[in-house]
Amino acid sequence: MLSGTLSVDALLDKIASETRALITQRNIKEPLMVGIRTGGAWLAERLHRQLELDTPLGILDISFYRDDFTQVGLNPKVQPSQLPCAVEGRHILLVDDVIMTGRTIRAALNELFDYGRPASVTLLTLLDLQRRELPIQADVIGGTLAIGPDQQVKLNGPDPLTLTISQR
Amino acid sequence: MSESTTPEQIQLTADGQLRHFLTTEGLPKALLTEILDTADSFADMSEQQVKKVPLLRGKTVVNLFFEASTRTLSTFELAAKRLSADVLNLNISTSSTKKGETLKDTLMTMHAMHSDMFVVRHSDSGAAHFIASQVTPDVAVINAGDGRHAHPTQAMLDMLTIRRHKGDFAPLRVAIVGDILHSRVARSQIHALRTLGAGEIRVIAPLTLLPRHIESMGVKVYTDMSSGLRDVDVIMMLRLQKERMESALLPSESEFYKLYGLTNDKLAYAHPEAIVMHPGPINRGVEIESAVADGPRSVILNQVTNGIAVRMAVMSMAVSGQQAQRTQNQENDR
Repeated sequence: MLSGTLSVDALLDKIASETRALITQRNIKEPLMVGIRTGGAWLAERLHRQLELDTPLGILDISFYRDDFTQVGLNPKVQPSQLPCAVEGRHILLVDDVIMTGRTIRAALNELFDYGRPASVTLLTLLDLQRRELPIQADVIGGTLAIGPDQQVKLNGPDPLTLTISQR
Repeated sequence: MSESTTPEQIQLTADGQLRHFLTTEGLPKALLTEILDTADSFADMSEQQVKKVPLLRGKTVVNLFFEASTRTLSTFELAAKRLSADVLNLNISTSSTKKGETLKDTLMTMHAMHSDMFVVRHSDSGAAHFIASQVTPDVAVINAGDGRHAHPTQAMLDMLTIRRHKGDFAPLRVAIVGDILHSRVARSQIHALRTLGAGEIRVIAPLTLLPRHIESMGVKVYTDMSSGLRDVDVIMMLRLQKERMESALLPSESEFYKLYGLTNDKLAYAHPEAIVMHPGPINRGVEIESAVADGPRSVILNQVTNGIAVRMAVMSMAVSGQQAQRTQNQENDR
């Protein structure tokens, strides 16, 4: 069984180069990178630098859009989302640390659309933990990891960024 | 009405989450702070272009106003709509209905429409508690003012306004000025301020408008503005009801204004950075001078904005608490 601490740098390099290729291939102009708070925002900050994007970084806090709030309650310290420019007609590079059930990304898409109609949304995640509950897939992933139901993955940051896999 | 449960007890789920909001009395500091923290998040959100979030999508909120109030009703309506709930406003005048039985019938009808939340305003003290404990325990009940008893969302929006302007409550001197006797707002404010640990709470009023034994609530009593306002950081004015004049508790409006109306002259007694609050609607020239109400120290309009955020916080927390309670009950039944 997997456990321990992983470095994120190599995964980030892989995502950066694949994203660069994707931007060229899809002929994406002036992409707007948006990180999902908290882990996704840390990663987006690094990727934004590595890809030397011109448009400032956006941050999304999806707490008010979660579908499980009646079960888990509300996080009382929700910070406002910050998008530097209009979403309307833009190509969005959405960044999160892991994709598992797909529910976080569903919530993030809903929130994005409250700001406008993007031209496209490309999803970048560090790890794919599988166990999907919704038909949502990442376009670029750093790696795939099969973890047991009793395990969890946590991104620590913002500097240095490390991944910890531990027993619940 | 049965007295078997107190409002303090039924407001919370077994594990301490808010499921009704009836009074600020008896709620733990951690919960009041959670309300303020959650409201802070909503307040920041209201500056966004799209001011709506889907937290209460598919939920039905019924505003049951047995006592007219345009301002409170509209902020509750807006709060519910910003949470994506469906909202029904019912203005029911008590004068035209017989109390008790009719109230229950009205509620059972609303209940049969599968409402998720009742926001209740009533001229009888204890109306919201009665509904939450006796009639519809599975519907979240928010008290929007009951008689002389409580107006907890008003008190919490005042607390949010104080915290956003002054930060920590511990070093603050707070004065509540005006008709303390008839004020549900004052009672809720005093309970909230005490729980949140305000350094000193003062009430300033003529003796005829002070409840007996008010000192037992942990406040200092003053009957004149010059000593009562000395060095205070926060001044909370209360609304003076016109009918108090008729009941001979006060000589006249102009007499009241002369002694207790907040003018720039009297404001000078307070700390130079004191903030001035009022629950509205304000009676200019009765409780407060226009120059003060519109002046740089007034945060009266901030209170209105914060009122929406606080109501969004309480509504979303109560819906979440009700759900938790239902899940708990189902597990117990198994």
